[in-house]
Amino acid sequence: MSTTVSQIDEVKTTPWSGGRSPFNVEYGKIMMWFFLLSDAFTFSSLLISYGSLRFSASVWPAADKVFQSVPGLLDSGAPLVFVGLMTFILIMSSVTMVLAVEAGHRNAKKEVLWWMVATIIGGFMFLGCQALEWSHLHHEGFWWGSTPALEELGKFFNAGGTDAARHLTAQEFANLFFTITGFHGFHVFTGVIINIIITVNVLRGTYEKRGSYLMVEKVGLYWHFVDLVWVFVFTFFYLV
Amino acid sequence: MSSESHEVHHEGGEHETMTRKKIWKVFFILLAITCVEFVIALVIVPGHPEYLRVANPVYIALTLLKAFYIVAYFMHLKFEKLGLALAIIVPIIFIIGLILVLTNESHHWIDLRG
Repeated sequence: MSTTVSQIDEVKTTPWSGGRSPFNVEYGKIMMWFFLLSDAFTFSSLLISYGSLRFSASVWPAADKVFQSVPGLLDSGAPLVFVGLMTFILIMSSVTMVLAVEAGHRNAKKEVLWWMVATIIGGFMFLGCQALEWSHLHHEGFWWGSTPALEELGKFFNAGGTDAARHLTAQEFANLFFTITGFHGFHVFTGVIINIIITVNVLRGTYEKRGSYLMVEKVGLYWHFVDLVWVFVFTFFYLV
Repeated sequence: MSSESHEVHHEGGEHETMTRKKIWKVFFILLAITCVEFVIALVIVPGHPEYLRVANPVYIALTLLKAFYIVAYFMHLKFEKLGLALAIIVPIIFIIGLILVLTNESHHWIDLRG
């Protein structure tokens, strides 16, 4: 029997011909990337519908008039301060997440653990801020399907626009704001839960035994995506 | 034919790509961009409402810049194989399509609303 292999039976070694993974990343990580891509489409459709409704309106609530309180401290006169704090918290927790991933590359269990704990704390702080922001707006009269009374609506707008137009767009604003920040907040919440699960696994030494902290990288991707979405939500609701 | 035995993936093999120093550098870049946005929103625009038309594209450009830093460095996409990066980035074209269609549509709606 011949021991030579005919050319067609030879195992191929080049990428894209089945020899090795062309992406050179682990399966779960690719799947996380594709899940995030689909999630990006979901958030885009929400934000683009917001954009198109806003483009089609003659007036729109002014961001620096709607968001000008620091719940618990100032009732008005501090536009963007509170949301600035929220943005800082989320970026900070993204940094602690990459630091956890970096520590994972060095197999430094203790460091991974503490950076993960810091990330979880950051997530809870963000959720707490968002709860305060929501309850403040709810207190002012904004909610799904309801707006402040017509005579109080004026303080949320710059000059111009009829009462009817103001009422309509204030309602659109409220619905979109609570839907989009709510969907984002839900992502933050699930991110925190997943981070807690991973942290427990780190503590129990699951990844130490496995010899790699790749799972930390995968949840890290999800966590950074949540931060990424916030960057867009922040721009389109609070700045533009 | 080459007889290289290539590992499909080697976990933790991306050393020298994101050092702690680089992580903090990216953090300060993100922080600086956010501060610039605040300065525009709180200092520059309030005195000059006519600047708003310029400010909005600037906000969007800065946001895309922040998105680039998060995806490229924090999510590590810059250091992945080009094929993976393209598989993630190219489908974003669909989003641009939806933006164009719906912003165009909204200009008709504003006429309908009167």
